[in-house]
Amino acid sequence: MPPLESLTEEPPVEPNRRSFLAGLLAAGSATVGALLAVPLVRFTLHPVLARTTEKSWSDVGKIDEFQNLAFPTKKLVTIEQRDGWRRTLAEKPVYVSKNEQGQLIVLSAVCTHLGCTVPWVEKENKFICPCHLGKFAADGKLLGGPPPRNMDRLETKIEDGVLKTQYQFFRQLTRNEEELA
Amino acid sequence: MNHATRDQHSGFRAWLDRRTGLDSLLRHALDEPIPGGAKIAYVFGSGLLFLFLSQIVTGVFLAMYYVPSADHAHTTVEYITKEVTGGSFLRSIHAYGSSAIIIVLLLHLTQTFLYGSYKGRRELVWVAGCALLLLMLGMAFTGYLLPWDQKAYFATTVGTNILSEVPWVGNALKRLLRGGTEMGTLTLSRFFVLHVFLIPACIFAFVAAHVYSFRKAGAAGPVRENPIQPKLPPQPFYPKQLVMDMGFAMLIIVALGLLSYFSPTELGPKANPSDTQFLPRPEWYYVPVFQYLKYWHGSTALLGILLIPAVVGLLLVGVPFFDRTLERRPWKRPISVGLFAIVLLGLGALGLISHRQDLRNPGVAAQLKTQREATKEFMQAKFEPELSGGSMAAQNAALSNPDAAKGKKLFEGQSCNACHGDSGLGTAAAPKLVGVGQKYNATQIESLLRRPTEKMTQGGMPAVDIPEDQLKLLIAYLQSLQ
Repeated sequence: MPPLESLTEEPPVEPNRRSFLAGLLAAGSATVGALLAVPLVRFTLHPVLARTTEKSWSDVGKIDEFQNLAFPTKKLVTIEQRDGWRRTLAEKPVYVSKNEQGQLIVLSAVCTHLGCTVPWVEKENKFICPCHLGKFAADGKLLGGPPPRNMDRLETKIEDGVLKTQYQFFRQLTRNEEELA
Repeated sequence: MNHATRDQHSGFRAWLDRRTGLDSLLRHALDEPIPGGAKIAYVFGSGLLFLFLSQIVTGVFLAMYYVPSADHAHTTVEYITKEVTGGSFLRSIHAYGSSAIIIVLLLHLTQTFLYGSYKGRRELVWVAGCALLLLMLGMAFTGYLLPWDQKAYFATTVGTNILSEVPWVGNALKRLLRGGTEMGTLTLSRFFVLHVFLIPACIFAFVAAHVYSFRKAGAAGPVRENPIQPKLPPQPFYPKQLVMDMGFAMLIIVALGLLSYFSPTELGPKANPSDTQFLPRPEWYYVPVFQYLKYWHGSTALLGILLIPAVVGLLLVGVPFFDRTLERRPWKRPISVGLFAIVLLGLGALGLISHRQDLRNPGVAAQLKTQREATKEFMQAKFEPELSGGSMAAQNAALSNPDAAKGKKLFEGQSCNACHGDSGLGTAAAPKLVGVGQKYNATQIESLLRRPTEKMTQGGMPAVDIPEDQLKLLIAYLQSLQ
């Protein structure tokens, strides 16, 4: 084998041309590499960029059911949560009630104190939490006991004669409603 | 001149080189002498390396969403294919990449065989290369099962069944690979581990051995060249051969990219082990083997399935040991080249025969058409996320006892769940009720509900005051909690 020095004689490439070519190849590879990385980055960012299920509306019941509402009625709403390739369905209790103006409202049955489910006690005409005896009026107003605030009101809308609500979780033990994801 | 170029380096590069020796490593790689100069025929090796890297990168990214379990594998692959941005494209690059590897492997093998590149102190280069061929076939075989669709499941069932033809230890081997007598979630886990950890680790090792022993022996050059003491004037790898190699890599990317974009790989319906109609067909590169295996049954099975492949394999791996002359021109080596051509053409012919048999048998053709249509239909269906096992609806469905289902309504209506938790899982306020049915019988539960113990009362448990028939339903529900 001839000595390596003679290698440079074969293609008479000057150092300048050689380094120019190297730069060209490096730049070309970098460009192609960056281009190839685009689908990978998009693939990775999918859960971050894709519109996650915004708070979805759950059916509470037909509006006629609630027209002559005398006291809060418990309803179970089904909420769906998407988690990548799976979904979880959960049933959450809510109360359909009326505010001072007689409009329909939907209250979360989760006690604002420690998160127990608050039942409507007909005999006493109030909500009484069985855990620590927090008491609320029919419209969710705090009447007494350890809870720091009224029962949480959920957003509602009426569509095609059906009362719908956006179920939400709120932080417990705080004076003001703080939404949780 | 050397000094001049070194001086051109900035302070950082000079520092990095002093610490790592990267420059000399790079120079060593780029100045590899090629007797007789660069040739298009030499691009396949680096093409394979490039494809292997692409498989690693795409594979690692796919693993970000994939779950290797019989319950979720198919759902997650469907999610990747139908929902994740660029998922179908990436999966296609990976799936078609495996085919591309087989094609380029065959080209690389054919080129090096025809050029007699295994001659002249290159036994280890060749043996390592053969090991890589086997490992790559292993990658293709194990990767095929991972999507857990019909064809993956049944093709792998057939593929692993072949193992039981091995005398004495065949069944044990099959059970070892499957993780049991039948195909199941353990099979999937094993194939995943093989595909993602074990085989790639071996490939890394053998690529290192292959490249190292190749560089140690040096490039063999053209067929007229002496493989031990090259006479032709050498040309360094850089720039001409590098540019050719990069051009080939670009060709591969563009071809894979176009194919994946315009004709993405499909996913069939989820594996259904009870389907007795399904006709498994392997990926195209395994079709010749699949056809070949059809001819050997019973007493001849040992010969056809074990002996003949073993002899062919030994001949291939051992060729640098049997064929010791330094003659490299293929037309001067009629026996080895002839045998190689016969095996290659034989495999091609077997593939064609299999294809024609499928077309000619109307029953088979109809079933294969049905399967293609099922796949097409599945691909058009919208992705439905899997209902999580822990979710309420699933639990409700599990309540097959109608009394228990009514009792559940009472449990929630009476706000028992307020303290004892949804589904009686317990909260900070009260203990869980799951398993209470195993601890007490119905009469005991009734007594505890009607007249709670002192300890229970102190904990805040009120006496349950509901009619007898409702209490029965509630007890039925409590007993169902397991």
